[in-house]
Amino acid sequence: MKSFILAGLAAITLSGSAFAQEAVVPPGEKPVDAYKQSNANADATPMTDQKTFEAFHGKEGIDRIVETLVERNFADPRIKDFFAAADKVRLKRTLKEQFCYILGGGCDYTGRNMKDSHKDQGTTNKDMNALIENLQFAMDKEGVPFAAQNKLLAKLAPQQRDIVER
Amino acid sequence: MKRLSKTALAAMALGVCAAGGAHAGEIETGGKLLLTHGVSAVEGGAGGGLTSWAVIAGNETNRGVGGEVHGTYVDVKDYKLRAFGGAVGWHDRVELSAARQEFDTGATGAKLGLGKGFTFKQTVLGAKVKVLGDAVYEQDSWVPQIAVGVQYKDNNQDAIVRAVGAKKDSGVDVYVAATKLLLDKSLVLNGTVRLTKANQMGLLGFGGDQSNAYKPQFEGSAGYLLSKRLVVGAEYRTKPSNLGFAKEDDWKDLFVAYAVNKSLSVTAAYVDLGDIATFKNQRGLYLSLQAGF
Ligand code: HEM
Repeated sequence: MKSFILAGLAAITLSGSAFAQEAVVPPGEKPVDAYKQSNANADATPMTDQKTFEAFHGKEGIDRIVETLVERNFADPRIKDFFAAADKVRLKRTLKEQFCYILGGGCDYTGRNMKDSHKDQGTTNKDMNALIENLQFAMDKEGVPFAAQNKLLAKLAPQQRDIVER
Repeated sequence: MKRLSKTALAAMALGVCAAGGAHAGEIETGGKLLLTHGVSAVEGGAGGGLTSWAVIAGNETNRGVGGEVHGTYVDVKDYKLRAFGGAVGWHDRVELSAARQEFDTGATGAKLGLGKGFTFKQTVLGAKVKVLGDAVYEQDSWVPQIAVGVQYKDNNQDAIVRAVGAKKDSGVDVYVAATKLLLDKSLVLNGTVRLTKANQMGLLGFGGDQSNAYKPQFEGSAGYLLSKRLVVGAEYRTKPSNLGFAKEDDWKDLFVAYAVNKSLSVTAAYVDLGDIATFKNQRGLYLSLQAGF
């Protein structure tokens, strides 16, 4: 219901009201075109047990991992060009939601789906793997056991079909 | 091959280095995740060690070129095997490989009447094509990555392999391999069916007095990923037994593969090659070094 209202507000944003824009865009983020919000946009089924979520040290652990991941992506000479015009604040927020949702942490994902998020970026498998390496680095830094890391990667890996375009 | 080297030259003229980016006209290299191209198979190409896998050699992804060279040393009770070779991977789709194997009978050679230090040598030329699936990304499906491959093997001991009962000193193996990474279990599995007439991989020739037919053989590998650099596992490879003078056994091994970095990996294994040319229980160490891009 809440997401429906948000989407409705986003639609108003589209119609050009500066006031509506202020109301819908979370602080520090740039406005985006309207889209339908749904947990299905996370493009992965959430885990049903809490084990992996705990191995990631819960929400705080996920937050730290995403901070490291995003900062690293923005600085990584292999892929930083992709992020030159990206909204870092929004990306961090939506990624935290997405990982928390997938790991069964009970969060809702409010971002766009993977196909729309990466449309026309021309991402390659090589870029995808670079990003996975940065995620592995971030999970290592957080001290997430390797087997638990792989459980998240197993959920993300099929998104390659929607993310990689070349 | 000619096209490839021409492109390679053109790329060199553009001043490409191995770490190069992906601008038009350059050859893209690198990009695979550690160990996702397996290690070098003893017959050349990417595999698990004693077995051939469906993964394609080299660090390249679907837009690049990669390759590797390897040296392998197997020291079992009565024999030694040295193998070295190289492979090129194109677009993570096609793999061409060449390997040279030297099976050194050492002191056993004299007991076999061949002379001390007698060495069988064999060249293996291989080609492999990935036909479907993706071992790494398709974690939401059971479908493995599947490749078909062919290996042409040529042994240099025509008279001797015929004397022990083999029909020919050269032969062709055809195989279908399926590799799957089960990421949520940190497991990597491979199964391969090989049609072959090769005796002891071809080192003792092809076909024999007992049978000269192509028979399907099975190769299975299972590995557990301890870290992104380290995998431990086991392999099993069935073999035909075409020669009357000595029965041939299946091969087994327990292995550890370690990726030092993207371009260097080491595989160590304890292998059990069974009986070879009447000498029993050929067990010992397997060590392989691989360098690639
Ligand atoms: C499993 C891998 C990936 C996941 C889970 C992922 C997830 C996300 C998410 C949740 C968003 C934000 C969606 C939104 O704003 O509504 C996003 C946006 C984005 N992603 Fe990814 N992504 C992945 C791979 C990649 C790769 C490989 C690249 C490029 C190297 C990339 C580049 C971007 C860019 C540039 C944006 C847009 C940022 C913006 O417009 O502000 N992503 N991604």
